[in-house]
Amino acid sequence: MIQDTVTEELLLRKPRFVSIVFGLACIAFFLIDPSQSAVGHFLAPAIGDPAQSGFYGRFVTSFTLAFLFLVNLVAISLLPEFRYQVIVVWCELLFLFLAFFYSFGLDFKFIQSKIWFMITQGIFTTLYVSAISIVIASVIAIIGAVAKLSSNGFAFAIASFYTSFFRGLPLLMQVYLIYLGFPQLGFVIDAVPAGIIALSLCYGAYMTEIFRAGIMSIDEGQWEGSRALGFNFGLTMRKIILPQSIPLIIPPTGNQFIAMLKDSSLVSVIGVWELMFLARTLGNKTFNHMEMLITASILYWMMTMVLEYIQSRIERKYRKKQKR
Amino acid sequence: MPDKNQNPASPIISIRGMNKFFGDFQALTDINLEVNIGERIVICGPSGSGKSTLIRCINRLEAHQSGSIHVDGVELHQHMKDIDKVRSEVGMVFQHFNLFPHLTILENCTAGPMWVNKVPAEEAQATAMKYLTRVNIPEQADKYPTQLSGGQQQRVAIARSLCMHPKVMLFDEPTSALDPEMVAEVLDTMIDLAESGMTMICVTHEMGFAKQVADRVVFMDEGSIVESNKPIPFFENPQSERTRKFLSQVLVH
Repeated sequence: MIQDTVTEELLLRKPRFVSIVFGLACIAFFLIDPSQSAVGHFLAPAIGDPAQSGFYGRFVTSFTLAFLFLVNLVAISLLPEFRYQVIVVWCELLFLFLAFFYSFGLDFKFIQSKIWFMITQGIFTTLYVSAISIVIASVIAIIGAVAKLSSNGFAFAIASFYTSFFRGLPLLMQVYLIYLGFPQLGFVIDAVPAGIIALSLCYGAYMTEIFRAGIMSIDEGQWEGSRALGFNFGLTMRKIILPQSIPLIIPPTGNQFIAMLKDSSLVSVIGVWELMFLARTLGNKTFNHMEMLITASILYWMMTMVLEYIQSRIERKYRKKQKR
Repeated sequence: MPDKNQNPASPIISIRGMNKFFGDFQALTDINLEVNIGERIVICGPSGSGKSTLIRCINRLEAHQSGSIHVDGVELHQHMKDIDKVRSEVGMVFQHFNLFPHLTILENCTAGPMWVNKVPAEEAQATAMKYLTRVNIPEQADKYPTQLSGGQQQRVAIARSLCMHPKVMLFDEPTSALDPEMVAEVLDTMIDLAESGMTMICVTHEMGFAKQVADRVVFMDEGSIVESNKPIPFFENPQSERTRKFLSQVLVH
């Protein structure tokens, strides 16, 4: 996308828009009734005991909040650079989230005592299960994509049945089916391999479509140029088509990996000691559920941010390479 | 380059009674064409007349449905074993160059010899530089195709084919996608190649090129060969009405 070179006048400079926003914010806050929350507590000098303040307290608190909200908006719009605006808004949202979590009255000692185990056992398991699965899924995806593009009816049928089946069932169902279904055939399978198989097969099916699209997006002339030189199918695929599709395949594959990292929480149902499993079990004994769930959420989020950063680096590298 | 051991008069390509269909549409009808070693053939005709389809059949980028095509004694058909060997001996230059954008110019030229003919890297690079020098762009060897102009890319494509030491070169409208000022450099390269004795089949609208280098000009219309003659009689005394009409249209300017 390109930015237009002409900037319209900021909406926040138009008095009418500002007053409408202010009015709407007032109404919204009024409906929520902030007078009974921490805000009411802060405004006690103005409204007296929040519990007794009634309509007046409700009005004053919501009016104050709406005013602060608007001042904040205008202040951000006055910031000189795009970058500063982004940073400030991020920090504010983060602050609100933390305040929200803080309001639960969490037991931080308890979190401190468990977090090391959550990282060494939980994050470690989550990461290695996801990493092994994405590698297997990529291999499945290449084979599946070639099969789906082939003129061989047998190969196409198997590949399309596979993608249809594994995209059609909830991942949770696949986890159960593999863990509980294989023993019916006489193989007893451990939880971790069962989880890896389920994740690989499911994501392999989605990634088959990604790889197929990547391969198809390469110009037919590349096939012809390659075949005309006497390259056979395998050589053409390996040396000419795939190297050109990979830069197109990498971003959506990174996306899949990030999604898988979180979907790997589903294998907790079969007792794999990954992050989600620990989050559910560690706090059970002492009823510290919220502590563990919030800690695990933040850990997932942090892992995702790291992966997003890595993905953007890889993308930039390929974009540079293509620009040459 | 002509193979000294072979009888120069023997046909390297021989097409007999060939028909080609796209679904129900008959693209080529009863094509008969023999090309001898060292011969330069120019195929011309209005667009949609089947010229490109014909030369694409010669290395079986397209399949023909009946009749026969022999390339250097090997018949092309659906169940043949060694199509890649035939293709490696038949060079092809495309309208849109079809260079590999992820490889450098040098790698484009060494890929075929190294991967197909298992030529050692150093030897392949020496050969590549020889042909890049011949098409006058040795200094671009380490660049990527997109950094070159259209004319330069097409000359690289010619060099890339030559690196396989082909017995025949097929040109599918090699100058049609070029800006006008770049046509000459590609034609010069082709003329140079023709003078070295390469067997060539060129689909082109460049009638000047045809007059200068062709041993035979083949005129096609609606999927059949209408007329085939040496250039001087072809241009000065065309036999069929359709040829006359076509020539009057392309030679006006």
